[in-house]
Amino acid sequence: MIHALTFYLFATVGVVAALMVVTSRNPVHSVLWLILAFFNGAGLFVLMGAEFLAMLVVVVYVGAVAVLFLFVVMMLDINMIGLREGLLRYLPIGAAIAIVLAVEVIALFMDWTMAPEAMSLRAAPVPDIAEVTNTEALGNLIYTRYVYLFQIAGLILFVAMVGAIVLTLRVNPQVRRQSIATQISRPKSEILAVEKVRSRGGI
Amino acid sequence: MAELWSGTLWPLIIIVAQILLIVLPLLGAVAYLTYAERKVIGAMQMRRGPNVVGPFGLFQPIADGVKLMLKETIIPTGADRPVFILAPMLTFILALIGWAVIPFDSGWVLADINVGVLYLLAISGLGVYGIIMAGWASNSRYALLGGLRSAAQMVSYEISMGLIIISVLVTAGTLNLSEIVEAQGNGMWYFIPHFPMFVIFIVSILAETNRAPFDLPEAEAELVSGYNVEYSAMTFALFFLGEYANMILMSAIAVVLFLGGWLPPVDVAPFTWIPGIIWFALKICLILFIFLWARATFPRYRYDQLMRLGWKVFLPVSLVWVVLTAGVLMAFDALPA
Amino acid sequence: MSFIDRTARGFLLAELVSGLALTLRYMFKPKYTINYPHEKGYLSPRFRGEHALRRYPNGEERCIACKLCEAICPAQAITIEAEERSDGSRRTTRYDIDMTKCIYCGFCEEACPVDAIVEGPNFEFATETREELLYDKDKLLANGDRWEPELAARLELDAPYR
Repeated sequence: MIHALTFYLFATVGVVAALMVVTSRNPVHSVLWLILAFFNGAGLFVLMGAEFLAMLVVVVYVGAVAVLFLFVVMMLDINMIGLREGLLRYLPIGAAIAIVLAVEVIALFMDWTMAPEAMSLRAAPVPDIAEVTNTEALGNLIYTRYVYLFQIAGLILFVAMVGAIVLTLRVNPQVRRQSIATQISRPKSEILAVEKVRSRGGI
Repeated sequence: MAELWSGTLWPLIIIVAQILLIVLPLLGAVAYLTYAERKVIGAMQMRRGPNVVGPFGLFQPIADGVKLMLKETIIPTGADRPVFILAPMLTFILALIGWAVIPFDSGWVLADINVGVLYLLAISGLGVYGIIMAGWASNSRYALLGGLRSAAQMVSYEISMGLIIISVLVTAGTLNLSEIVEAQGNGMWYFIPHFPMFVIFIVSILAETNRAPFDLPEAEAELVSGYNVEYSAMTFALFFLGEYANMILMSAIAVVLFLGGWLPPVDVAPFTWIPGIIWFALKICLILFIFLWARATFPRYRYDQLMRLGWKVFLPVSLVWVVLTAGVLMAFDALPA
Repeated sequence: MSFIDRTARGFLLAELVSGLALTLRYMFKPKYTINYPHEKGYLSPRFRGEHALRRYPNGEERCIACKLCEAICPAQAITIEAEERSDGSRRTTRYDIDMTKCIYCGFCEEACPVDAIVEGPNFEFATETREELLYDKDKLLANGDRWEPELAARLELDAPYR
C-alpha cells in the first residue's frame, strides 16, 4: 500500500511540476519546476529498483545540467509583456504543428507491427536484482555487450565539447594574461634588492 | 489493525526515532562547531574568542541561536517571496538528509543503500540550489553575483570530487559506504595509497562547502556577504546551520572514504575497547579542525584562480589518478571481485 | 637544480604547509588580547577621555568664563554663557558640552588658562539615550569632583612636557 501511495505521490507531483514548467511565466520558476520534475523522475526510478539510474539522474540532470540552465536563465533580462505578445502571435503555427504531430503519432500506433525477434533482441542477460546490485549489472552490460555504443556516445560528446570550445574561443592578442607559474617561480633575488641608502645620498 | 500497527506504524515510529537520534546531536554539533571555530581561529590570531556567556563562553552558541530566533524576518519588497523563503530551507534540509546513509559504526546506519556514495554526491550537488535560489530571489546585485559564483564553483569542484571518489570506489569495489569502510579494515586506510587524492579531496570539500579560502559566494570584502545579504533572523540562521552541517557531512564523507570510518587506527586491545562511533567522531573533528585551520591560514582565492585550480589542476590530476589506480590494480591483479 | 627544487616544493605544497605550520605555532602562543571588562589596558597620562570641570582645593570652581575653549573647539561642541556673580567675580552660568559632537581633540584643555576644563581618563561613559550625552555644568563639575585625584596626578605627570 505504501509502495503504491509513494508511486502516486511521485507521479502526481512529477506531472504537476512538468505542467508548471510549461505554464509558469517566469523562466526561473520554470527551471525550478523542471528540477522538481527531474527529482520525482528519480524517485520513480528508485521505486522500480533502479537506484543507480535514479542517483545518476539527480547527479547529472539536477546537479549539473539544471544548474547551467538556471545559470543562463538568471542572466536573461526578460520582458514579460513581450513574451505574452509572442505567445498569441505564434499560437496558430504552434497549434498546427501540434495537430500534425498528434495525427502522425496516432497513425503510427494504428499500424505498429513488431518484428518477431524484437523481444529476444531486447532481452539482455540481466541477472536478477536480488543477486547483483544494479550498478554491477549495468556495468557488465555497458562495458561488454554495448561497449562500442558506449564509446561512440562518449566520442559524440567529446566532439560536441570540442565544437563548443572552437565556437566560443576568441584569441585576443591584446589581452595580457597572468602566468602564475612564472610569477611564483621567480626567486627572491630577482625581485628584491636591499640597499643601504646613505643619508642625503639617495639611490 | 494489529497488522497495520506492526507492519506500518511501528517501523515508522522507529525510523522517526532514529532520525531524531541523528538530527538532534547533529544540531548540537553544529552549534558547538561555530563555537569551536571562533575559539580556534581566535587562538590562531592570539585572541581569546567567546568567553563571556557561561563558563569559557560555552553558552555562546545558544545565545546566538536565541538572538537569531527572536529577530524579525525581513523580506525585501522586490524579492520573489516563495523562492526567497524556500532557499534557506532547502539548504538546511539538504545538509541534513545526507546523513541518512553515513555509517556511524558497524551496522549503525539509517539507510544502508547500495549506491550510498552516489547518493551523497547527488545531495552535495543539490546544495548549490539553495544558494543560487537565494541569490536570485533576493533581487539584489550582490546576492546574484554570489549565487552565480557559487553555482560555477560547485559545479567545477564536483567533477574532480566525483573522479576522486571513483578511484576510491575502484579500490574498494563497492558503492556501499559500510562496505567501503570494511574494505579499508581488511587492507589499509585509503589515505595512504591515495594520499594525493586525499589532499585534493580535502581542498575540494573546502570549495564545495564554500569555506575559506574558497568562500567567494560570501566574500564579505567585495560582495558584502554575497547570497545571504538580504537574509535576516531565522532564514539567515538556516543558511548558517546548513553551512556548518554541510561541513560536518563533508568531513564525515572524507572520513568514510579515506580515514577508515569507525575503525580504530590499530587493531589491538586498548584501541578496540573504544567504541567505533567515538573513533568516527574523533576523525570528523580532525577534518573539521583542518577546515578551521585553513580558514585561519589562507587568504581568499581570486575567482579566476579558483576556476583555474579546479579545471586545470584538480581535474587532470584526479583523472590521471583514476587511470593509474585502475592500471595498478589490474597489473597486480588486485581488483576487488 | 633550482628547477627541481622549485618543482618539488610546488608538488609537496611546501608553501601551504609552512603557512599552516605558522598558524599552528601561533595557536599555542599566549593570547595577546586582555579580558576587557575585567582587565584594562594601560592609559597614558595624556589620554583624552570624558571631560571634567575642576575646582580649587577650597571648593571654588576654576572656570573664569574666558570662553577660550568655546572659541577653539573645532567641533563647536562647547556653549558658554557668563554673568557677574554677586561677589563680583566672573563665572559661567551655563557650560554645556555636546559629547555627541566632541571629537576629543583636547584643544579645550590646552586653551584653558586655569586648568579648569580637562579631559579625564574615563572612556566608559556610554549611555542609552542621546540626551544623556548633552553634558551641562553640573554634570561636568560632578565629573571633576569624582575624578579629581586622578586628574591632578595626570596633570602633574604631564607637566614637564607642557
